[in-house]
Amino acid sequence: MTGDASALQLVLNGDPALYAIVKLSLLMSLSALLFATLIAVPCGAFLALVRFHGREAVIVILNAMMGVPPVVIGLAIFLLLSHSGPLGAWGLLFTPQAMVIAQTVMVTPIIAALARQTIEDLWMEYREELAAMSVGPSRRIITLIWDARFSLVTALLAGFGRAASEVGAIIIVGGNIEGFTRTMTTAIALETSKGDLPLAIGLGMILISIVILINALAWGARRLGERYAG
Amino acid sequence: MIMRAPASDLPLLFEGVAVVAGAVTILDDLSLTIGAGAPTVLIGPNGSGKTTLLRAAMGLIPPTSGRVTWGGREHALPDRSAIMFQRPVMLRRSAAGNVRYALAVAGVPRLERRTRANELIATVGLKGLERRPARRLSGGEQQRLSLARALARDPAVLFLDEPTASLDPAATKAIEDLVRAISGRGVKVVMSTHDLGQARRLAGEVVLLHRGRLVEAAPAADFFAHPRTEEGRRFIAGELLV
Repeated sequence: MTGDASALQLVLNGDPALYAIVKLSLLMSLSALLFATLIAVPCGAFLALVRFHGREAVIVILNAMMGVPPVVIGLAIFLLLSHSGPLGAWGLLFTPQAMVIAQTVMVTPIIAALARQTIEDLWMEYREELAAMSVGPSRRIITLIWDARFSLVTALLAGFGRAASEVGAIIIVGGNIEGFTRTMTTAIALETSKGDLPLAIGLGMILISIVILINALAWGARRLGERYAG
Repeated sequence: MIMRAPASDLPLLFEGVAVVAGAVTILDDLSLTIGAGAPTVLIGPNGSGKTTLLRAAMGLIPPTSGRVTWGGREHALPDRSAIMFQRPVMLRRSAAGNVRYALAVAGVPRLERRTRANELIATVGLKGLERRPARRLSGGEQQRLSLARALARDPAVLFLDEPTASLDPAATKAIEDLVRAISGRGVKVVMSTHDLGQARRLAGEVVLLHRGRLVEAAPAADFFAHPRTEEGRRFIAGELLV
């Protein structure tokens, strides 16, 4: 009970350390979402439209990648970025950039797989009309992404959800360094194990609020879009 | 408005065209010449190959054998052919957005699209619905919007697949009036219907298909007055061709 009260105080008083953590978390998850979207949506559209040898295998692997444990992705990025690793010269290990890379790698398959499904469904619907209008391949892809944009929001939300809630990968590649790579989820993990429950609970409440808020915004945008575009 | 001399892409020539899907022969050794003039109406029972013939003409289905030529040209599919499907798919855009999209694909400069789209929407009698999401329009309105979208391509030949199937009489009349007007402007209309009354009202020429074969092709007046074939006679008499 007292734990709850002091957690609420921390949130309401705008504890600067707490808000720095919140800011870093958001910045990181949104950056990862942005990069992942830029990679995943065109890839999803490509997979939806282009028939090539081994396409089915790629789709199965992509779907499977959605379920890869974050710690495994964290480990892989850690090995890549560590001093003796192939990208060690970049010096990114234990930086926010490393965490963005890990989250991007984690989120890209989710968005790509969901976008592939969404765009392929729309393609089945549009296919003949677009063929009859002799729409070329590149315009086809742009048309489908544009017309599916409100449905794609769901894919982006799923991606954001995973980025915002994940802890295993970023704690490995970020190192949970106070004031530098400490995020909401890594802080919750740490504070809980240290027994500082008020901070952990406060962060947990903020994290849940943010996720709800972003979902509400996306929902509203989607409804608005549907009213306008059908 | 659309105004053109008789289309140079005509005649549209089917030479021994067959379309086979798996074990099913959808079109069977079909030869047919479609020239300029009043609408050519394809009639026949369901599954007789009307839709496939239109799709093959439009170049959406390659013939398994035989060939389709336009004005004597082997492969040159005219850019200016358009098709309205039996169940047109509305793009997830406004009514005007759908037409503007077709205009953009047809290469109409951006600055002209808005005006042209509004003109076309007025032509098909949907004025006032420009900003409505196309998918929220009624069935008849969607058919008309699809027609506006087809006209956006400035077609010399317009294919209509059962344009009034499942529409009520008022919506049917609206479409038929439009078809007459479009045909009157020199656009060659080729349409399918299983509504014999509609064929009588619109056809300049009738093509009767049955089981993927061409049974009879004749000027409409001749066909309805003196069908040359037994199937033609039975079809006009309203008997079921199975």
